[in-house]
Amino acid sequence: MRQAFLQELTAIMERDPSVYLLTSDTGFHVFDDFQKAFGERFLNVGISEAAMVGIAAGLASSGKRVFTYGIAPFVTLRCFEQIRVDLCYPNLPVTIVGVGAGLTYGSAGVTHHTIEDVAVLSALPNMTVVCPGDPAEAGAATRGAALLEGPCYLRIGKSGERQVHEDSGLPDFTIGKGIRLREGKDIALVATGSMLPTAIEAADLLAKDGVNPEVISMHTVKPLDEELVKDVATRCATIATLEEHVARGGLASAVTDCIVLAGLNTKTLRFALPDTFASEAGSQEYLRVKHGLRAADIAGRILSNG
Amino acid sequence: MILEAIAREIRKDVVRMHRRGSNVGSALSTVDILVSLYFDRMNIPSPDDPTRDRLILSKGHAAAALYATLAQKGFIDRESLSTFLSDGSPLTGHPCAELVPGVEVSSGSLGHGLAIAIGMALAAQHDGKEHRFYVLMGDGELQEGSVWEAAIQAARLGLDSITAIIDANDLQGYDRVSEIQPNGTHAGRFESFGWAAAEVDGHDLNQLSEAFARTPLEPGKPSVLVAKTVLGKGVAEMEDDLGWHYFNVSDQQLDPFLKELDGESQ
Repeated sequence: MRQAFLQELTAIMERDPSVYLLTSDTGFHVFDDFQKAFGERFLNVGISEAAMVGIAAGLASSGKRVFTYGIAPFVTLRCFEQIRVDLCYPNLPVTIVGVGAGLTYGSAGVTHHTIEDVAVLSALPNMTVVCPGDPAEAGAATRGAALLEGPCYLRIGKSGERQVHEDSGLPDFTIGKGIRLREGKDIALVATGSMLPTAIEAADLLAKDGVNPEVISMHTVKPLDEELVKDVATRCATIATLEEHVARGGLASAVTDCIVLAGLNTKTLRFALPDTFASEAGSQEYLRVKHGLRAADIAGRILSNG
Repeated sequence: MILEAIAREIRKDVVRMHRRGSNVGSALSTVDILVSLYFDRMNIPSPDDPTRDRLILSKGHAAAALYATLAQKGFIDRESLSTFLSDGSPLTGHPCAELVPGVEVSSGSLGHGLAIAIGMALAAQHDGKEHRFYVLMGDGELQEGSVWEAAIQAARLGLDSITAIIDANDLQGYDRVSEIQPNGTHAGRFESFGWAAAEVDGHDLNQLSEAFARTPLEPGKPSVLVAKTVLGKGVAEMEDDLGWHYFNVSDQQLDPFLKELDGESQ
């Protein structure tokens, strides 16, 4: 996903001389070409996430469009109040790119996990929250973010994520519009971010047992594609949400809110991280297993009806 | 009008406005700095002129002084000052750029202004523009770590279009600044971060004018002017009294305070 983001951003910065990239000392060697190609429009502001947001705000209020880049917990939670006051309050076109979101940096420990970012950033007025599900979505979301009038949080993994969409990319990708990957019935798997490939795997497993679920990539958590959720909730008896994030304030909350407020009584199942910090070292895969986020766990729980 | 007379009118407006709300003392300590900037130093043909110099009021709790200054400048209606803090008014206790012409940045949370000035100054530099950026901070505000994140980068980037002004009245919410942060000096700290610093009497309009005229104090470095000020300056009962960080002006106090500012009671 990171590579897809970088490729797309390179193209954007080549086209548009008003676009800047700031990093808070993250991306060793990743930005070597950027520095050569874009000179002063690439700036490492040092280990200074709060200053990075302020500098981005100053640039954006002067007619520039800015991407800030760093490890997800630091560029979101560390400088949350700068994001609120300096970006969201004046509604400035700055995209915060959080790399290694969720449990990507599993073994690094809790400081490097980002399991609450979607909840807190979604609470901010004017903020758009996008969690691409594969490299193609990451590239398309970068293109989409560069067209927004206000702030955006782009929550991406790191590298090696499985491609879900075709190589030809996603010409019709729109921030705020979910993507129906499989038509199905009875149950819908609605996934955001890096859980998208797992949703596909779980759907394959379910198909072997005669269940053919609908699969939705809900890459944008805010604003939620409520029309799509209501459509799915009307046609399917159960909606399962999948996310590498706590359920409270994440996709699970957003989808449940939408269903309840629409007066529907569709059953919901949430596959999310529990309301707790990790208590041991563990890779992303290990921690997903622990919390029942493997495809087999998901399919099994669905088959046993929750 | 001479600068002293403008400052007096602004102080009177600030006192009138603070029949509601707190922070009158902080607002009064900034008045001469603002007058020197807006009526002597800064080039602002209009609030939306792209070539204008910018002031970022990082100590947003001095909003009343900024509003009264903008009113003297003719950017907002002076009559509107009486709506300060009232329901439906654009004049919030900490200023909002979207609501008030001439307010460059919404502020009120301390430690934000300097980093924003860096972004603005970089954009201007890259676009070949020559306008200047002034960031007015409180001395207590310097306890915010984000100020120093920004101070490192402003010096590293050599942004000599930035001048920070420290309204050094030595009072903060709960105590004296010099008690909470006893070691070193404001100027010394900035100098050690690569800034050029000078100290100035923040109520002497001639000194302020001369100091601003000398900025950038050193080419290639951001400048900081540590302006020694008095909380509540101009009203003896308020001066250097921490209580006036919080009190508002009562009906009984208003006339005596205004007369004092007009020089009638001394």
